[in-house]
Amino acid sequence: MMLILSPEQRELRAAVRSFLAAASPLAKVRQDMESPDGYDRAVYRRLNGELGLSGLIVPEEHGGAGAGHADLAVALEETGAALLPGPLLATVFAAIVLTEAAATYDGQAVKELLPGIAAGTTVATLAPLSGDRGGVTASGGTLTGQIPVAPNGAEADLLLVVARTGEGEALYAVEAGAPGLSRTPLTTLDPTRRQARLTFDGTPARLVATGGLDVNGDAHGHVLARAFDLVSVALAAEQLGVLRAGLDAIVAYSRIRVAFGRQIGSYQAVKHRLADMHCKLEQADAIVRFAAWAADESPGELPEAAALAQAYVGRACFEVARDHLLLHGGVGFTWEHDAHLYYKRAKSDEVLLGPPRTHRARLAELVI
Amino acid sequence: MDLEEYRRQARDWLAANVPGAPAEGSAAEDGVATAREFMARLYDAGYSGITWPAEWGGQGLTQAEDRAFAAEAARVSLPIYVFSIGLGMCGPTLVDLGTPEQKARHIRRLLRGEEIWCQLFSEPGAGSDVAALQTRAVPADDGGWIVNGQKVWTSVAQHADYGLLLARTDVEVPKHKGLTMLIVDMHAPGVTVRPLKDMTGRAHFNEIFFDDVHIAPGSVVGEVNGGWSSAVTTLLHERLSISSGVGMSGPRDNPASLDALREVVDVQDPLVRDQLVELHIRSRALALFNAKLSQETKAGIFPGARGSAAKLLLAELTNFQADLAVSLAGPQALAYEPGGGGLAGAIALAPAMSLGGGTNEIMRNIIGDRVLNLPPEPRADKNVPFKDLKVGTQS
Repeated sequence: MMLILSPEQRELRAAVRSFLAAASPLAKVRQDMESPDGYDRAVYRRLNGELGLSGLIVPEEHGGAGAGHADLAVALEETGAALLPGPLLATVFAAIVLTEAAATYDGQAVKELLPGIAAGTTVATLAPLSGDRGGVTASGGTLTGQIPVAPNGAEADLLLVVARTGEGEALYAVEAGAPGLSRTPLTTLDPTRRQARLTFDGTPARLVATGGLDVNGDAHGHVLARAFDLVSVALAAEQLGVLRAGLDAIVAYSRIRVAFGRQIGSYQAVKHRLADMHCKLEQADAIVRFAAWAADESPGELPEAAALAQAYVGRACFEVARDHLLLHGGVGFTWEHDAHLYYKRAKSDEVLLGPPRTHRARLAELVI
Repeated sequence: MDLEEYRRQARDWLAANVPGAPAEGSAAEDGVATAREFMARLYDAGYSGITWPAEWGGQGLTQAEDRAFAAEAARVSLPIYVFSIGLGMCGPTLVDLGTPEQKARHIRRLLRGEEIWCQLFSEPGAGSDVAALQTRAVPADDGGWIVNGQKVWTSVAQHADYGLLLARTDVEVPKHKGLTMLIVDMHAPGVTVRPLKDMTGRAHFNEIFFDDVHIAPGSVVGEVNGGWSSAVTTLLHERLSISSGVGMSGPRDNPASLDALREVVDVQDPLVRDQLVELHIRSRALALFNAKLSQETKAGIFPGARGSAAKLLLAELTNFQADLAVSLAGPQALAYEPGGGGLAGAIALAPAMSLGGGTNEIMRNIIGDRVLNLPPEPRADKNVPFKDLKVGTQS
């Protein structure tokens, strides 16, 4: 089990951090979140071109860097801390599920779809993310049904849709301009990550991964289960970054903000809450490293690690983001201050993969 | 020998040598005799003082061997509770700060179970604010010291041969600057040990009275009037030893563990399941944090004050767990099991974890001041000579 970063991972962290500090500081995030696209396409291109983030875990044979989930976690922690707007996380989710499918199936679709994602030229998303995945039905190569929220669903060139078939779940690919597809951009809580409602009405779709047996002769269901565990770990890494950045911000403010003649960080009422927030950070960090290690090295431990990561880190991230906002006082409630952006990202992330109770219920099934 | 082989041999040795029944508390004298005898065998087998310098009687091995042995030892309960203060705090302080004579005199004997040690810092008027202590040590004619005062919360003092004493040696300077750490012979005339019955109904601690106790020359640990710095060393070791569980009972003995609770509650009840999941989440979160700290230590990153976060979290988990377990089990949990154990024993003992080794509030101060580098609280006592402060019985 590896819970600390390797020298290479520390280099990756430094590279992503310095890139984002220069290319997407919070002032820029605010500008981009109110732009027509909701993100800066040039920054997104460089993020994938120079740093290769969208293809980080995609195998080299499909045009990616062939790195591990522990490396991906390092990168997503930084994009989370920076509240990076845009479709990186959604595209990474798509890369994860296609990479899992590629490892299992000998399908042509996967081979054709992965290189564009790895190169950063295809914006993709995976939906629905919630555990209740019965909203879309597949029949005769077409999809029908609705997905109430899909991250970056309106911007994506490629939609990967989990649909119900006569033999269980299957993964389908839908092109952006497919007939019968309507995408309704939604105004959601977090202005730094856009979401859309997707409606399918006999929409042609390409089967990516489905029933029967995989190349190893195993039932296919575990491909999607494992992919969603990996998605849980990736999201937890982003949440760890949001948590860390929120705590850093309020610690810095507590050192300089003066009330009643001294810095507020010197009051135990403030100091002790910050100490508790630090304890959450330490534990969230250890859990994310453990889950990412399990993703790469210990498949048997992944289901529990993934559920633990969402159950603990999702909650801790929101609690810290909330307390960081509250400890700022009234200014934290203003639109001009950045505190609400962390708060909103944290709450959105906490429910992105379904109500948090589903992660706890899953964990209960595994450990009790 | 590679680590796996080391670990396998440790497991075999423990299986062959650890007595079946845990000697928890080891209150009885025969328990102490058993513990001394066990320590001698542990030492002879090479498992006492694994990372301590070989020069003074340790094994001179690395953290890797230490952790491998600790992991095996956690499966059983080593009957060494009475040595936990010496092994976890006093011994490591002597290794860090002792004179060659002190190390030669004590360390091997401590590791072999020939000396039981206690730590004498807290006083009735100096708990969290331990630097406010009033026990006085004045120079004796022979170059030693004469001590008068009272100490409290002293674990295993009733069995101890030696104590690490923090006493005031200068009242004319601010309180942190007039303290000295001394080795005291607990069998010396004028030392009175009185058991202190705590809320569990048992005496885990003692009160100690010093009446004109003579301390031999050569007993200062660190510098005269530099005792605060020595005490900080001891307290760092204390927090690390608490969070790593030196001398504590293994998880199999914990009646509030998830494994134990599964046997007494209805795990199909959704409300019960949610609470058990919360317990699992918190336990795993802390276990992984502790594992991360030890990986960092191995990689040369000393956790320092971050160990206070581990100690705080362990205290909170212990209280949460005992509280939850009694509530889940219901009224039958209220009956003590033989020996004061069971869930009633667990809930009665739980507050100790939040109070011993620094309270939760002190831990939060340390995390705030030394991990987050927050500004310190303004202090009224910082630059005032000790004799002018209102502390304890001094007004």
